[in-house]
Amino acid sequence: MSKVYLALQDNDLSRYIVEAIEEDNPSVTVNYQPAMIRIENEGRLVVRRETVEEKLGRDWDVQELHLNLITLGGNVDEDDDELSLSWNR
Amino acid sequence: MAAKKLNIKDKYRLLTRDLDWEFSYQDRKEAFPYEEFEGIKITDWSKWEDPFRLTMDAYWKYQAEKEKKLYAIFDAFAQNNGHLNISDPRYANALKIFLTGVSPLEYQAFQGFAHTGRQFGGVGARIACQMQSIDELRHVQTQIHAMSHYNKFFDGFQDWSHMHDRVWYLSVPKSFFDDARSAGPFEYLVAISFSFEYVLTNLLFVPFMSGAAYNGDMATVTFGFSAQSDEARHMTLGLEVIKFLLEQHEDNVPIVQKWIDKWFWRGTRLLSIVAMMMDYMLPNKVMSWKEAWEVYFEEAGGSLFKDLARYGIRMPKYAETTEKEKEHVSHQAWWIFYNYGQAAGFHTWIPTDKELDWLSEKYPETFDKYYRPRWELARQMEAEGKRFYNPGLPQLCNCCQIPMGFTEMDDPTQIAYRQTVYNGERYHFCSDGCHDIFVDEPEKYVQSWLPVHQIFQGNCGGPGVEDVLRDYYRMNVGADNLDIKGSPDEQRWNAWKGVA
Repeated sequence: MSKVYLALQDNDLSRYIVEAIEEDNPSVTVNYQPAMIRIENEGRLVVRRETVEEKLGRDWDVQELHLNLITLGGNVDEDDDELSLSWNR
Repeated sequence: MAAKKLNIKDKYRLLTRDLDWEFSYQDRKEAFPYEEFEGIKITDWSKWEDPFRLTMDAYWKYQAEKEKKLYAIFDAFAQNNGHLNISDPRYANALKIFLTGVSPLEYQAFQGFAHTGRQFGGVGARIACQMQSIDELRHVQTQIHAMSHYNKFFDGFQDWSHMHDRVWYLSVPKSFFDDARSAGPFEYLVAISFSFEYVLTNLLFVPFMSGAAYNGDMATVTFGFSAQSDEARHMTLGLEVIKFLLEQHEDNVPIVQKWIDKWFWRGTRLLSIVAMMMDYMLPNKVMSWKEAWEVYFEEAGGSLFKDLARYGIRMPKYAETTEKEKEHVSHQAWWIFYNYGQAAGFHTWIPTDKELDWLSEKYPETFDKYYRPRWELARQMEAEGKRFYNPGLPQLCNCCQIPMGFTEMDDPTQIAYRQTVYNGERYHFCSDGCHDIFVDEPEKYVQSWLPVHQIFQGNCGGPGVEDVLRDYYRMNVGADNLDIKGSPDEQRWNAWKGVA
């Protein structure tokens, strides 16, 4: 298996996104570096709108992720409900 | 009656694919004249997938938000004399390389994507290139704005655009992009979107920017991460380009593989400058170049190429050489600049004791054995008043244009030399990778504008090196160049900090 990853700016909004990611991807590894948070997982990682909205306590558009996203690795699939990263094999 | 809100997929279809039109009275081939000459076969443009499904309206909305956040920070940084909070005045020299070497590449990328996007028959690809072109223009502008604050207080920031087109070491990044932009549209995308953006730029924009934060440079880390948030989209485009080309026709596979091999090697050579910035120019260290290479190329790139294996794509040629190079390349590059510090547009220095110890710890296999003794000798010579500057002009590699200072990786005491003869002229290279690239397209690379050759031919003023630096490069000789020790930069810093 290969790891997929994404990195977010370390700020107030990202804190809730990271919480949501941790809840939806229990095996995820979160690594705090200066000014950024690197999140990686084996094979697949998903950011779900519903979970982020629950943590934030407000509506959240999946495309808002772009505001805090630094980088990612893996095949991206994005729709209204989630953004996922995966490797095919 | 309220209109039904479109979902992302429908919106993307309507606002992207639906913008295309049929050619009823013009020949499609005449409208897209560069689509075929590279040998790439496209059977169905509608198979192009943009996984972010970003439409123009959403693009402007989110980009505007990014800009507002960014400029608020620039204002705060300038209003609060943010330059006084950087870790050490040496740090500003990494920014001088960034402004003269990297920011102009953002402008080249803007031009490149604008031109390339026009050449594709598929509307999905055209719109993705259009957005990236606008992104790149935003990057060059925000970088100039961020660093204009430093220009008020430090030397070496004053004439970056003029320097980019002329200065010897800046021909390395400049020629990289010139090479990509003078290629066909598909090669350009494989070069920049895939090999550079997807496989390699993380190494510049992620650990280096994290390092900027760690060195107190709020403005740079903010433009870096703001740019990189676009970059996540660019990387995704890069991966989609590759998958699309490989799925369109099996004949595309060997062409794409050749471009991956070429641009991976061109990119690693370009990044040797970043390697040196990470290991030697960040006073507060985040991670070593070797560690960054392992995380962002070996691990991330490894996963990527495993994923692409099903198309018949293998790891780039000479990837195994880079496994050895990661132990050496930053040390060799900084040593080259230390040797030519009188001709650089930024300051050089000998690492402190603490930094030498950090390098020994991070490079246990190579640093004490090959590089620490050099710095100790340099320090001894400096103490004796014999600081050595190399007065000769270096021989340049005829592909990457870096001075021929890199060694054989299995024998780090032997400079690597490769050569070939083309039309009765002999050409020199720093590595097998650069040699192979030249040999594949000699008629392109014999036209390279090599700074040292140009100086010797009298095309850069002169006759002396100092004349070239002052009049042709427009460096403020005695202020921009030489060691940080005793420089006006250092004197000003000490005055601001109340240090005698």
